[in-house]
Amino acid sequence: METGMDEQQRLRVFLVDDHAMFRAGVRAELGAYVEVIGEASTVAQAVSAIAGLEPDVVLLDVHMPDGGGRAVLDAVRRSHPQVKFLALSVSDAAEDVIGLIRAGARGYVTKTISPEDLAAAIRRVAEGDAVFSPRLAGFVLDAFAARPDTPVADPELDLLTNREREVLRLLARGYAYKEIAKELYISIKTVETHVSNVLRKLQMSNRYELSRWAADRRLV
Amino acid sequence: MTEVRRLYRDPDHRVVAGVAAGLAAHLSLPTIAVRIAFIALLPVDGMGALLYAAFWAVLPVAPGPLGARPARRDRRQVLPFLALAIGIVGVSQLSGFGGGASGTIGWLVAMIAAGAGVIWHLADPSRRRQWRQTVPQAPWLGVVLDETDRRSYLIRLIGGGVLIVTGIIGILFVFPVFSASGVGSMVNGLIFAVVALAGLAVVVAPLLYRMFSQLRTEREARIREQERAEIAAMVHDQVLHTLALIQRNAGDAKAVLRLARGQERSLRNWLYKPAAVSCEVLSAALEEAVAEVEDTYAIAVESVMVGDADVDDRVGALVAAAREAMVNAAKHAKVQTISLYAEVEPEKVSVFVRDRGVGFDLSTVEDDRHGVRGSIIGRMERHGGKAEIRSEPGDGTEVRLTMPVPERRDRDKDGNRNG
Repeated sequence: METGMDEQQRLRVFLVDDHAMFRAGVRAELGAYVEVIGEASTVAQAVSAIAGLEPDVVLLDVHMPDGGGRAVLDAVRRSHPQVKFLALSVSDAAEDVIGLIRAGARGYVTKTISPEDLAAAIRRVAEGDAVFSPRLAGFVLDAFAARPDTPVADPELDLLTNREREVLRLLARGYAYKEIAKELYISIKTVETHVSNVLRKLQMSNRYELSRWAADRRLV
Repeated sequence: MTEVRRLYRDPDHRVVAGVAAGLAAHLSLPTIAVRIAFIALLPVDGMGALLYAAFWAVLPVAPGPLGARPARRDRRQVLPFLALAIGIVGVSQLSGFGGGASGTIGWLVAMIAAGAGVIWHLADPSRRRQWRQTVPQAPWLGVVLDETDRRSYLIRLIGGGVLIVTGIIGILFVFPVFSASGVGSMVNGLIFAVVALAGLAVVVAPLLYRMFSQLRTEREARIREQERAEIAAMVHDQVLHTLALIQRNAGDAKAVLRLARGQERSLRNWLYKPAAVSCEVLSAALEEAVAEVEDTYAIAVESVMVGDADVDDRVGALVAAAREAMVNAAKHAKVQTISLYAEVEPEKVSVFVRDRGVGFDLSTVEDDRHGVRGSIIGRMERHGGKAEIRSEPGDGTEVRLTMPVPERRDRDKDGNRNG
């Protein structure tokens, strides 16, 4: 909410979820903030519609029949790199979260998120930043915890900086970006940069915990 | 039962079936000594062969990597032993030691035993495993259906059958010849009957034993299956029940929220938590406090936990203080959600309880908030910890609790569980 409320261009959002009730709810809630240009209930529908419509942001359900959000990401992401994905799920299981992020989603929020927060998350993802739910921030802290027995192959990717750790902690504590900036005496843009860096590490790092989560889980 | 050192056949070092190698390993003797002992016993009424066959029939194969085929037998090794056996038998025959009717009958019984051994080992463990997979309801039927093993099965069955039949015919043939010699025939008849009974027992016992052990493993599998089905049914009933209650209370938003949260929590616990969660670890104790607050005040607590620790006095105090902070937020903040974040670091445990509610001015309100003073700040300080409360009217409240951990006691066992 702290960025871009005055931007007149409304974001074009596409919904992918196999629950019609949920799609209708999100559509109604988001109507005031963004333009919902289409929705899909299956992976196949989603893939062809996203390729045709080229929305700014796709709200992607993690769990769907025939492959779930992961299948959509795998099918579309390479051919349409400008389309941003925000994963949306009732599940907070680490494997689901990490799996989607590593497949290329720019963020992850739970379905209990308020409409305003969801709109803000969509905007942030559209601008190329990352969105972490408190729980995702907790997972990342956990996965990147400094354990003596974990080998670090690439310090640039496998370790978090102290600042990134601080930002994640505040995210996990339920702070908004604006509040984090105030708490750490840095700008909101800097907070966003830190979170984006963490996202990159999350996607690229080969830390054991991450690869295990990614490998263990074939999202169904 | 696995602690007991058991006697196995060792098919990796076999010449015939690995009996000698297994015995040698069990008795810590050189394999060659055991083999020679078997061979040396051969001329004594075929005792060596009989013993060997009996061991072969009852000893299980040594457990190895699943599905691994035993090593090929080293055929070159067979020759010296064969030569040795022939030599010993020959010498004993020449010396007249092993002659006579009882000797012949012993040989024939040994032959029957060997045949029986071959047939029993049609049901060796790896094959039984295959049967179980092909026909789980009736594993013993699998042998009829299993194409790949049918040929070797037939060969073994026929071979074993021929041995047994030859042995029996031989005994029947030898027996009447000596029955002519009067009183001796009575004794011979008795001996024959005893041997036949013993043979029968030897034939049947291992089969029964195998059947029982098979039934036992099947029973274990069934119990596991049952347990899972029970849990599934329990959750299923719970969920349906909650959904029905939600439909009934559709008008009452608070009740619906409470029902939904409670159900969500129990499902989450069931899906993502290890079994038998006790309150002996921080995460479980905090989850319990969260659940209590959620249920009592119809409020949602978003809890995030990083790392885990065992509950001792200090951590217990920390949990109690955190609970009090949540209760305060639920009562006074006028919000629907509270955030709870707990992190275990090597030197300290921290818990943060935050709400975005109405907040309050610490300097003016603190005096009549005994909960804050006694239950949070006082409790933490008594146990050597620290509580800090940040609040501003209109800007929510955050309670920050830190408890130093004297020494590293308990880095979590299984690589961190999350909320």
